[in-house]
Amino acid sequence: MSQKNRLQSGGRIDRSKPLTFTYNGKQYQGFAGDTLASALLANGVDLIGRSFKYSRPRGIVAAGAEEPNAIMQLGATEATQVPNVRATQQELFAGLVSGSTNGWPSVDTDIMGLVGKVGGKMMPPGFYYKTFMYPQSMWETYEKVIRKAAGLGRSPREYDVDIYDKMNQHCDVMVVGAGPAGLTAALAAARGGARVIIADEQNEFGGSLLSSKETLDGKAASAWVADVVKELEANENVIVLPRSTVNGYHDHNFLTIHERRTEHLADRAPNGAVRARYHRVRAKWVVLATGAHERPLVFGNNDVPGCMVANAVSTYISRYGVVPGRELVLMTTNDSAYQTALDWHDAGRKVQAIVDTRKNPAGKLIDAARERGITVMTGSAVIDVQGSKRVSGVSVAPISEDGTKVTGSVKKLSADTVASSGGWSPVIHLSCHTGSKPIWNEEVLGFLPGKTVQKQLTAGAINGTFTTAGALEEGKKAGLEALEKMGKDLPSMDVPATESVTYGKSMALFHVPHTKPTSQAPKQFVDYQNDVTAAGIELACREGFESIEHVKRYTAMGFGTDQGKLGNINGMAVAAKVLNQSIPETGTTIFRPNYTPITFGAIAGRDCKELFDPERYSAMHKWHLEHGAKFEDVGQWKRPWYFPKAGESMQQALDRECLATRESVGILDASTLGKIDIQGKDAREFLGRVYSNAWAKLGVGRCRYGLMLKEDGMIFDDGVTSCLAENHFLMTTTSGGAATVLNWLELYHQTEWPELDVYFTSVTDHWATMTISGPNSRKLLEELTDADVSKESFSFMDWKPMTVAGVPARVFRISFTGELSFEINVQANYGLHVWEKLFEHGEKYNLTPYGTETMHILRAEKGFIIAGQDTDGSVHPYDLGMGWAVSMNKPFSFIGKRGMQREDCVRAERKQMVGIKTLDPNVVLPEGAQAVFDPTASIPMPMVGHISSSYWSATLGRSIALGFVKGGLEKMGEKVYYPLADGRVVEAEICSPIFLDPKGERQNV
Amino acid sequence: MFYIYCPYCGEHREEEEFHNHGQAHIERPKDPDSCTDEEWGNYMFFRKNPKGLHHEIWVHAAGCRKFFNVTRHTVTYEIKEVYKMGEQPKVVAE
Repeated sequence: MSQKNRLQSGGRIDRSKPLTFTYNGKQYQGFAGDTLASALLANGVDLIGRSFKYSRPRGIVAAGAEEPNAIMQLGATEATQVPNVRATQQELFAGLVSGSTNGWPSVDTDIMGLVGKVGGKMMPPGFYYKTFMYPQSMWETYEKVIRKAAGLGRSPREYDVDIYDKMNQHCDVMVVGAGPAGLTAALAAARGGARVIIADEQNEFGGSLLSSKETLDGKAASAWVADVVKELEANENVIVLPRSTVNGYHDHNFLTIHERRTEHLADRAPNGAVRARYHRVRAKWVVLATGAHERPLVFGNNDVPGCMVANAVSTYISRYGVVPGRELVLMTTNDSAYQTALDWHDAGRKVQAIVDTRKNPAGKLIDAARERGITVMTGSAVIDVQGSKRVSGVSVAPISEDGTKVTGSVKKLSADTVASSGGWSPVIHLSCHTGSKPIWNEEVLGFLPGKTVQKQLTAGAINGTFTTAGALEEGKKAGLEALEKMGKDLPSMDVPATESVTYGKSMALFHVPHTKPTSQAPKQFVDYQNDVTAAGIELACREGFESIEHVKRYTAMGFGTDQGKLGNINGMAVAAKVLNQSIPETGTTIFRPNYTPITFGAIAGRDCKELFDPERYSAMHKWHLEHGAKFEDVGQWKRPWYFPKAGESMQQALDRECLATRESVGILDASTLGKIDIQGKDAREFLGRVYSNAWAKLGVGRCRYGLMLKEDGMIFDDGVTSCLAENHFLMTTTSGGAATVLNWLELYHQTEWPELDVYFTSVTDHWATMTISGPNSRKLLEELTDADVSKESFSFMDWKPMTVAGVPARVFRISFTGELSFEINVQANYGLHVWEKLFEHGEKYNLTPYGTETMHILRAEKGFIIAGQDTDGSVHPYDLGMGWAVSMNKPFSFIGKRGMQREDCVRAERKQMVGIKTLDPNVVLPEGAQAVFDPTASIPMPMVGHISSSYWSATLGRSIALGFVKGGLEKMGEKVYYPLADGRVVEAEICSPIFLDPKGERQNV
Repeated sequence: MFYIYCPYCGEHREEEEFHNHGQAHIERPKDPDSCTDEEWGNYMFFRKNPKGLHHEIWVHAAGCRKFFNVTRHTVTYEIKEVYKMGEQPKVVAE
């Protein structure tokens, strides 16, 4: 267990706390403070995966969120598997179990690697599209192999054992990033009394300062950071969120933060703690201080392990005490990367050369390198590297001043590490999330945040301000500006003094030339994660993909978890060169949320299992559970579906429930019906406008069925409305339609007829509703009330207030079964009491509970529709033969009246609802079966309708169905056929939809 | 996700509390029965789909249940104003 690349001292790790972890089945040791990446590098692990398409060996390239290769599968158990974690962002803990995501069967011996070697040249962009197109039926087979080869992470196969949650936050100033700019922004805002949230994706605040050798106010940068963090944490108006990635920036300053609370501690969240938290933040002002990512340079075989981004090498040395190699060659287009060579040299390892692409670099850092005796090769570039699983040497050649060609002879140097820097790309992802178009800046050689409509400020490297002094100052300015915009007093605030740094001019070089043309040179990778090469982009452009968005989709550049963090600018520059246009003309692709991957656990939070969607129960739910009800979801309601007795099949239960109701008495829990209390002196007028039938003469104590239409004349809900008093009505709606109907009534009242004096209140949950139905229902009711419920004093479609089982009730004599029927409504908390009393007295009548399925059968026997089952938004009342429920003579043109008169609504041969009797009474047609007149017609047969409701009727001893047939109302007695999916053709006869008691004698007793 | 000011509640609330009800200022014809099919069809089915300012109806469904008007920019999603039913927009040009 040797950490051969670990320095004896330095860094922000704790050498007294060794941690053992597993990578690809082998045990290694790192220290507290390490990331998985720094620990692997300390142990000299070069190979961390195979590339996506070519299966080339890959190593760690970067040190942060921009890492494209080190994508790990984490988890010690099946249930705790987490895919696609960047090793550079995963803090080490004792017992961490990790593995490479790709490489099959293993990273070291990779089958696809062989294919990649053979197929490399044969896998240009579009390879999959071009190769696996035919035959189409084979795609599913191809896909399995390709997916495995492509090596995406895998999700756990067991249920997640940890818990997650969400928090909604409001703040004055949201600061994204806690580097020098973010810290001074937060400090300024906090000192001005603002409510501040500051989040940073890393475990420690400080950003670039954590690996900086600079001093602030004469002390170590990290000491200044510690003081600032202390002050922020002590301020009760400030929420400090480390390990928290601001993943999305959405409209109206809404941001989402993925906070990882325990993933640095253990495989499973300890002691039931919340593993990850999703913050949903609404901020008055946002300060983006997201910094910049260093761009690697694009040169031959630049993906061989050992090729790294310059600043990442410095970070590993300074922050983690790890020198990831022995011999370094640094290639740079700018001054700042010289620091990497200095750090490497000062760590006691050999710097073979600094290869500067500029002719005459000059400045403090260059002098410092020369003072250390480091060879500086100017006007040159590393054009390719040697080695397969680790760099073994580099080829260096002089290049032209514009960086387009090699101008001299190639020299070989030995090296195992190549650090490169092509400058810095501001991290503008979040500012792009809200639709702001970034703007190219020639001086920065990068895109900067563009014009925005958000209340957004930016500070530091995101603006191309790459010095610490500049970042500190801009952060302070942003914090103060946010205060000023909110009208708050400005605190006095000093930023710490820094050593002055000036950088010389950088060279705009994105694609290092080679002695061979790009197409023949060794692969020059632009996007490591998606295996996109400079040659691939050139080919895409030559094949006609000129828009950068098309190039992206054709080559996959900037896809995946990477989102173009390292490669996008280089890729655009390559495309721009081929297309002979500037980078701003070429433009950039759009960065989208999320900035880095987030687990589904964090997104779901507690909204899973029983909390996924609210469940609504009636007051009698407990009784239903105790009596073995099977439940059905109706909207959010759990409604009893049927009540099977021991050993009964569903059909047997339904037959028993139906017959008991028809022969004696059944009971239904109808509490879920929507109930809307309507009051006001214009309530009656309003009803006349929203229902298709007349309401002017409905007397107090009477009930009426109504159809509700949309303006197009189509039915959208139905129900019974009762007149409680002259200006007071109770409307019932379908169980699923209650909220929609209430909203509909409010819409018309508020937007069209505000002059009407009418008020709506939802009272669905206030009442428990139980319907007793069947010839013995009156006898049963009489046992529980003193009121006169005889036919003479309580006739069909009446309602009466009365006392039932000792509690006040409204009883409605309405019927959805065609039987003598009473709908008893009591205050919901009396519901169970009355229900139980009914059963106490109902035993002698064989009172039988039934659910929604029997309700459906009983109503279908009577030809009563279910809105939403027999109607589908294309059916008007006349299609249902329900012209009796339309009053065309009402003075006000009710909703739906004009719509029903449209040409298409009055034509002949519309599909109309009829009854359907199969020739063989034992055949129950499937709902949705398609109707044809001629079963011998050639396919596709002319379809003339469908079955909307279909059941076995125990009462009638045969199947019954309701369905739609073209011109059906005129075709009584005619034949219609239903060709089914299984090949059978069912012959049937069109009949009246009222199968039972056509004169309605059973309910009028 | 929008942050919408309800002119009745007098507060900004999250979009989750609201529902959009489409284009605003479409008046139901006073005498539908005398409308031609074309006039009725225009009222029923034809809606603007502007790139830019759009006046639309929202309802504070999980709040006060009031309908109101919003002038929203369909590209930037900025809400330029909210105003009550029966009022006219002040923001009519970009």
